[in-house]
Amino acid sequence: MNFFYALVGAIIVAMLGYLGGSWAGLQTIFGVVIPYAAIVIFLAGIAYRVVRWARVPVPFRIPTTCGQQKSLPWIKAGQLENPSTVMGVVARMTLEILLFRSLFRNTKAELRQGPKLIFGENKLLWLSALAFHWTFLFVFVRHLRFFMEPVPALATALESVDGFFQIGAPVLYLTDLILLGALAYLLLRRLLDSQVRYISLFADYFALFLLIGLDGSGVWLRYFTRTNLVEIKQLAMGLVTFSPVVPAGMHPLFFMHLFLLSALLAYFPFSKLMHLGGVFLSPTRNLANNNRMKRHVNSWNAPVAVHTYQEWEEEFRDKLVACGLPLERQ
Amino acid sequence: MAEQNPSPDQLVQISYAPDGKDWMNPAVDFRKGVYCYAAAPKNLEYVGFPNPREWQPFDKDWKLPSDWEQIILKGMKERLEKYRSFRLFMDICVRCGACADKCHFYVGSGDPKNMPVLRAELLRSVYRRYFTPAGRAFGRLAGARDLTEDVLKEWFFYFYQCTECRRCSVFCPYGIDTAEVTMIGRELLNLVGCNINWVMEPVANCYRTGNHLGIQPHGFKDSIDFAVDDLEENIGVRVEAPINRKGAEILFVVPSADYFASPHYYTLLGYLMLFHEIGLDYTFSAFASEGGNFGLFTSHEMIKRLNAKIYAEAKRLGVKWIIGGECGHMWRVLHQYMDTMNGPADFLEEPASPITGTKFENARSTKMVHICEFTSDLIRNNKLKLDPSRNDHWKVTFHDSCNPSRAMGLLEEPRYILRKVCNSFHEMPENTIREQTFCCGSGAGLGTDENFEMRMRGGFPRANAVKYVKEKYGVNLLACICAIDKATLPPLLEYWVPGVEVGGVHELVGNALVMKSQGPRETDLRGEPLATRKDQKAHA
Repeated sequence: MNFFYALVGAIIVAMLGYLGGSWAGLQTIFGVVIPYAAIVIFLAGIAYRVVRWARVPVPFRIPTTCGQQKSLPWIKAGQLENPSTVMGVVARMTLEILLFRSLFRNTKAELRQGPKLIFGENKLLWLSALAFHWTFLFVFVRHLRFFMEPVPALATALESVDGFFQIGAPVLYLTDLILLGALAYLLLRRLLDSQVRYISLFADYFALFLLIGLDGSGVWLRYFTRTNLVEIKQLAMGLVTFSPVVPAGMHPLFFMHLFLLSALLAYFPFSKLMHLGGVFLSPTRNLANNNRMKRHVNSWNAPVAVHTYQEWEEEFRDKLVACGLPLERQ
Repeated sequence: MAEQNPSPDQLVQISYAPDGKDWMNPAVDFRKGVYCYAAAPKNLEYVGFPNPREWQPFDKDWKLPSDWEQIILKGMKERLEKYRSFRLFMDICVRCGACADKCHFYVGSGDPKNMPVLRAELLRSVYRRYFTPAGRAFGRLAGARDLTEDVLKEWFFYFYQCTECRRCSVFCPYGIDTAEVTMIGRELLNLVGCNINWVMEPVANCYRTGNHLGIQPHGFKDSIDFAVDDLEENIGVRVEAPINRKGAEILFVVPSADYFASPHYYTLLGYLMLFHEIGLDYTFSAFASEGGNFGLFTSHEMIKRLNAKIYAEAKRLGVKWIIGGECGHMWRVLHQYMDTMNGPADFLEEPASPITGTKFENARSTKMVHICEFTSDLIRNNKLKLDPSRNDHWKVTFHDSCNPSRAMGLLEEPRYILRKVCNSFHEMPENTIREQTFCCGSGAGLGTDENFEMRMRGGFPRANAVKYVKEKYGVNLLACICAIDKATLPPLLEYWVPGVEVGGVHELVGNALVMKSQGPRETDLRGEPLATRKDQKAHA
């Protein structure tokens, strides 16, 4: 059911964008007002969420150690998997954020006759997650050519790499293919793997459908509708220079694309997509395992009731005497 | 009781296909063998915990306080403001499912709510309902559900089916640690008096007498004295084992099972021999007679209350630093919590081995050194004379205990020792050791008899890896450095892979240790004939 609700939800969002873009009277709202509002919600929302997390204390230093600790000098410490220094933590976090190190460990447990428990390779989730996130970033950077004049060299460079094979006209971008493929895998996995389907909520499908809609409409605009790029650039430049104009006669599909993006941006801070900000703050990853080297201070550490030695000695005085253990107070 | 338990063949018929029901509808079946009994009221009263009463999980009426929902929600709010881990882990899970088959309880039971992601969702769904705008507005569609008594029962069932082993956290792309979620979940349950006796009795005992078993000072002294006599009889050497001795250089803290349970006891004998041989100036304490800390399975506050005695006793006795024995969760507390909670230990000195001069710089603030760090340093510096052939009757594998591996990274030290004290050492498959080690299935206070079936299920992945090395290399001893392991792995292995014994690393050190004042050894610390003698007898 979550799947269908999310699908219907995403279709409604897409249709709204298309209809809004079809009606000239609403184009300013869908082309200017909503994108601005979405950006504001996105930025303010993320900042609010991150600040809110950051304000919560980290009372204990609780890294998950995935390698040898730093102890005796002749034992090689695993600085990447079990860092004891800030540099090590930076390296660990870099691997985590850029390459999804932990997900790379993924295995699949399988119970065979015997009974025999087998742990098979299972890198597809890692691969598709990595492919999705990186190509999404590439596509984003490529889009900078609409928002910047002159077009940044990075965007141009990426475009030429991306269209390296020179297939079709306009040239097919590899990232478009990979992005759609990765999203399709992530969706199919949710649907076909009974365990993942069981845990999937509306929000899990909805985010995927928004992304698929966004990507799909973009692909359609580029390869099939062949929209007027000059008009899009005019609108985009107007938005970033705070002098927005909506050129007449833009294709409704473009408004659908833009509205899906706006929806995604506005939805972002309220959703699990906030893992983007959260991963940086995760106390099991971003702290050094130097617990016994350097005291970690808990800002709310408060005195607690304890059973003191004196109370203990009083309670067991006779027994201490009988067995000849020394007393503090004779 | 044994005949009522399912056989291994029955237990291993595990289906991983979810039942098709919506997980958001709470459903728990407190059937025999898969849950722990409720805490006796006297144990709650002793430590001043709320809502002490006679009740059991299978009762329909849990006799909760009338405003229990408010208590839980207030408790959640408070913890969301005190623990970044908790708030973050409530917010950022994407339900990718990478954690699912990493949990030993899920692998062993196939119960979808034992997937770490769903265990956390049990709590997250309530968090969303009461603490997020989407959950308040859209309810179930936003993955939110009301806090009901059935939800609370589900929490109890599944938060006491998690051993806080942190294996899932190794695989989570955001490092979400179910142990954090379970710890907070249990704290919340404790607020309304829903706790288990196998945790609360050791807590109350430890608070009162200093150790989990409730052994009073004379009993403690008797046990240690017994070990000293036993050793003299066995190896012909009279060792010193001082207790509450002021002015010793080192305070030695062990889990209480070491002096009251088997096979832990042989590890204690190993420590005593080792310390005697190197002439260590140390003392036990009858007050800090427990390194373990079941507060870890109760609440952060209780961790601190129980842990306080270690530094307090070190200060009172005037020692310079502290050594801790073989114990798993004890070392999570000592390594990740003690200094923060009860430090700074500025009355102690930076630990340095009096034998080798090595400074334990990794413990310079906390001032507490793991016995395996201490012993591996001795061996590395050739301070011990070892005869590994005395362990030739053992083919050994090593089980990494959850906490030393995933909350510390103590991986090589015990392996180094093992390779020096025995000739036959074989690793289990790589997905089941080191940071990927599988829990014994009975940690975090779940090692009680009434929970037998769930323990066997949870321990199945570990036992299955042991079976592999038993069949491949003839392994007959699983060495480990955890008191809960030593208590719960023997029945587990007996159930899944009979013929493999369990022992401590320092038991094997004791076997191999060639002492200056000692004649030839006929038997190991268990009184078993040594392999060489056996062979000679066989040839004779």
